[in-house]
Amino acid sequence: MSAERTTRLGLRTLALAYLGALLFVPVGLVLYRTFQPGIAEVWASITTPAALHAFQLTMMVTLIAVPLNTVLGILAALVIVRGRFRGKAFLDMLIDLPFAISPIVIGLSLIFVYGQTGWFGSALADAGIQIIFSWPGIALATIFVTLPFVVREVAPVLREVGTEQEQAAATLGASPWQTFRRVTLPAIRWGVAYGVVLSTARAIGEFGAVSVVSGHIAGQTETLTLLVQQRFENFNIAGAYAASALLAFIALGTLLAMTLIKPRKEHA
Amino acid sequence: MSTPAVIEAGSTGGGRSRARRASEGTPAVIRPGRLSIGIVTLWLSLIVLLPLAAVVAKSLDDGLGAFWAAVSGRQAVAALRFTLIVSLIVTAINALAGTLIAWVLVRDEFRGKRAINALIDLPFALPTIVAGITLLALYGGSSPLGIDIAYTQVAVAFALLFVTLPFVVRSVQPVLLELDREMEEAAASLGASGWTTFRRIVLPNLVPAILGGCALAFARAVGEFGSVVLISGNIPFQTQVASVFVYKQLEGDAPVSAAAVSVVLLLLSLAVLLGIRGLARLGARHER
Repeated sequence: MSAERTTRLGLRTLALAYLGALLFVPVGLVLYRTFQPGIAEVWASITTPAALHAFQLTMMVTLIAVPLNTVLGILAALVIVRGRFRGKAFLDMLIDLPFAISPIVIGLSLIFVYGQTGWFGSALADAGIQIIFSWPGIALATIFVTLPFVVREVAPVLREVGTEQEQAAATLGASPWQTFRRVTLPAIRWGVAYGVVLSTARAIGEFGAVSVVSGHIAGQTETLTLLVQQRFENFNIAGAYAASALLAFIALGTLLAMTLIKPRKEHA
Repeated sequence: MSTPAVIEAGSTGGGRSRARRASEGTPAVIRPGRLSIGIVTLWLSLIVLLPLAAVVAKSLDDGLGAFWAAVSGRQAVAALRFTLIVSLIVTAINALAGTLIAWVLVRDEFRGKRAINALIDLPFALPTIVAGITLLALYGGSSPLGIDIAYTQVAVAFALLFVTLPFVVRSVQPVLLELDREMEEAAASLGASGWTTFRRIVLPNLVPAILGGCALAFARAVGEFGSVVLISGNIPFQTQVASVFVYKQLEGDAPVSAAAVSVVLLLLSLAVLLGIRGLARLGARHER
């Protein structure tokens, strides 16, 4: 009995030591160093004009990418789960690709389509539209990287709930739209919510893909994560820590939302 | 964040066929018509397929010879080789550490377990650039421990371990929770030691989940950029990973070379995705 207890304590210590060395101590240290000079300094650092602009740009891009991917994600989940057509397996694969591809490749791919020498480059230039090194490019990159989340959360829930309730509603005379709004949507809502939380966190935190298409113009095309990098590389360590701490608190909020939504999603 | 989703897509293969059987008699009410299928196809083509096609096209801009010259250049080969090796090592460590953490979170009881369970997902929620800065704080030049591994290959491995931490944990955990304890109790009552019981009874049930988590962790590690870019120091032939190499090629105005190495990374991603699908199909067949 005591041997089993020793093993259990040993495994626990090993697991916690690994998590501590890799995750908890480094994150704790950055938060400690951030707030050591005092909260007023941190506040001043995240409310400079450049920081405020980065915050605004990040929020704007998130507000473009997440709603689009939510609506189209629900539609895509319906198509993948209930549709019967040729090429479905291929679409299914395309949905997973943004998870598996390097963010750098994603950014690069957008340059080859919308950049100056890209496929649509001259047409866009003639029309006076700038996408790369401007906010639409950042938005496109964010849409690309956050595309799978809602689909991948909603699809399994759709499979799980089946179609019996929808059929009952239809038998009682509900139109397809009414059935969707009153039966299907409530059934998948926590799956949608979970997908939205994951998409939002990724949209706010995306770095690689955005870094390639942004052009790093301070006060113009700099998102929060790019601000962190720029400050760090300019030896403004305290400023980089302050912006990092802001992003870390957003991440902790995300975890809290995930923890609250997950049980509801699973008991749907 | 992708772990549960992709794994679920695979591991509910049995459930999918059950649902299909149930709905075979009467057609579903909310059934995507041609318009919905068209919209989704158009959306995916525009956002995902078109840009990726542009990468492939760009890589062949100067012909196959130039493509081959780009991917077989000394620096490109060194970056790809280092990326592959460090990703494989990181994946192997994840297989061990991820299974251990999942085990402790499911089978052990201690104070603060729920908080730690929630924090496992932190590497998914934390921006990668912040992850890099975080690791540099403890293991870089200003380390309070006096450990400075910045700009070394070990540092790259650390960064990749950080960002891939949740994959194996989150794919093994649900399987471990569902596992029937009776077999283990039977084995123990027949005199098997704890380790023998784990190896012979528990581990075989976990292998598909471990492999699934490992595949996702590997794909993530191969393409990782944000957490590595600061801590690696980007020293060619030493700590330069493939994604940073691509970035530098683009900055250095060598787009064809950047595209060519990207195509190699793209093929790796596709191989991993197909592997996961094969694994899921295998698992579903096994279940039946």
